[in-house]
Amino acid sequence: MKPFGYLRARTTDEAVSAMTRHPGAVFLGGGTNLIDLMKLGVATPDLLVDVRGLPLDQVADTSDGGLRIGATVRNSDLAAHHAVRTRYPALSQALLSGASGQLRNTATTGGNLLQRTRCPYFQDISKPCNKRVPGIGCPAREGTHRDLAVIGHSEACVATHPSDMAVALAALDATVQLYGPDGERSVPVTDFHRLPGDTPDRDTVIRPGELITEVLLPPRPEGAVSVYRKARDRASYAFALASVAAVVTARDGRIEHAALAFGGLAHRPWRARAAEEILRGAATTDDTFTRAVDAELAAARPLRDNAFKVELARSLAVDALAALTTRN
Amino acid sequence: MDPTSERENSSGQLGETRHRSAVALHINGTPRTLTLDHRTTVLDALREHLGLTGAKKGCDHGQCGACTVIVDGRRANSCLLLAVAHDGARITTVEGLADGDRLHPVQEAFLARDALQCGYCTPGQICSAVGMLGEAADGFPSHVTEDGGDGSAPARLTAPEIRERMSGNLCRCGAYPRIVEAIEDVAS
Repeated sequence: MKPFGYLRARTTDEAVSAMTRHPGAVFLGGGTNLIDLMKLGVATPDLLVDVRGLPLDQVADTSDGGLRIGATVRNSDLAAHHAVRTRYPALSQALLSGASGQLRNTATTGGNLLQRTRCPYFQDISKPCNKRVPGIGCPAREGTHRDLAVIGHSEACVATHPSDMAVALAALDATVQLYGPDGERSVPVTDFHRLPGDTPDRDTVIRPGELITEVLLPPRPEGAVSVYRKARDRASYAFALASVAAVVTARDGRIEHAALAFGGLAHRPWRARAAEEILRGAATTDDTFTRAVDAELAAARPLRDNAFKVELARSLAVDALAALTTRN
Repeated sequence: MDPTSERENSSGQLGETRHRSAVALHINGTPRTLTLDHRTTVLDALREHLGLTGAKKGCDHGQCGACTVIVDGRRANSCLLLAVAHDGARITTVEGLADGDRLHPVQEAFLARDALQCGYCTPGQICSAVGMLGEAADGFPSHVTEDGGDGSAPARLTAPEIRERMSGNLCRCGAYPRIVEAIEDVAS
């Protein structure tokens, strides 16, 4: 590991100004992904700006009935939070389906959003990877790609975003609050992560020096229910092969509102707008669910060894929608 | 960067440019101060600088749980924690669980149930179990917790709950059935 400086930031201004002084600086949250990447030689910062001491560790109600989640709130605390469990169960379920008890105790909300892909080529500096070094090539397309993307990928990159939490946040229409050298701005979670295109080195739209300060959840629509479902190679402690977060409001056998997002399929949480279009106003039948999900997944372009993920995602989504609407 | 401005900028914030810092850790109730390279993990500080070799280095990537210790009341993978970022932290290792000659109930249960074979993962399993019992008592849910809870009551630790909550600790000998039994003994 390359030697590095360390700064414990006391204010967000101090954190951001340290980043502008040091182009080689990165923010340190829980470090469960970053420190691993430093050990692997994938991340080589000159300076770690530790943000865990900032006053961003609270979960609080907003005046409109939503929820404000500080960037340094730990994953385990967020999953256990009363408001999250009762009003946004998909978010609690997504967090609890990720990592292990130890890791959730350490990992933060902001860090979870900014974690890097677990593509084996990205994590191995003896192999080329366009995400590490743009233009150098991607062996995954022809190599080991069983776990990798089936939709929205590019010639340059077939990596997936590994977060469960972000998939639930995408379906819940959460917003990421950023603070940087040019001040504050808000980005919907669905626009925060990018598709790889020709620049797979950029996972998100975050700008140099920008800090995630909090994540905002809008109020839960009246009558809305939500769930997170995940398929993986082990019963626990494994990344998603495919996952789905669904938020549905149904009345008298009709869907009033539906939001659907897939995980494990793409370079970002995959919000299923085409499926939602079909679901809105339709009858809560398996036929509707299947038609809607198939319309979304028609855009899938699986690689040689991962077509099974499309079928997994389809089953998960249809089951999740059925479970949410029979409960009503 | 221009070396002059580098000096000016770092004048009040030495940590930005130096690569070592003094770190105070409270280990099993004893304050210890070390001057450490920033790259030193809590695990390496324990094992290489403090002679506490209970916490084990298994994978060194947060995947096996052998390095699990309790940091400020919560279990964590010490291989993924930088010591410099835990200045002032209270850390309990397997060496600090017993009360004098009286073993911790989880340690007693592991002995009574013979919940190990080679023993390499055992300190991590035991620290993880101690942390997990505290989380359950605090009402923390798990992936397999039945829906409807809101955290106001302690979580009931059935065998499936224990298996899920302990999934961050691998045992290559496969002592899992006895580990679950040992934890069930303490939980009931």
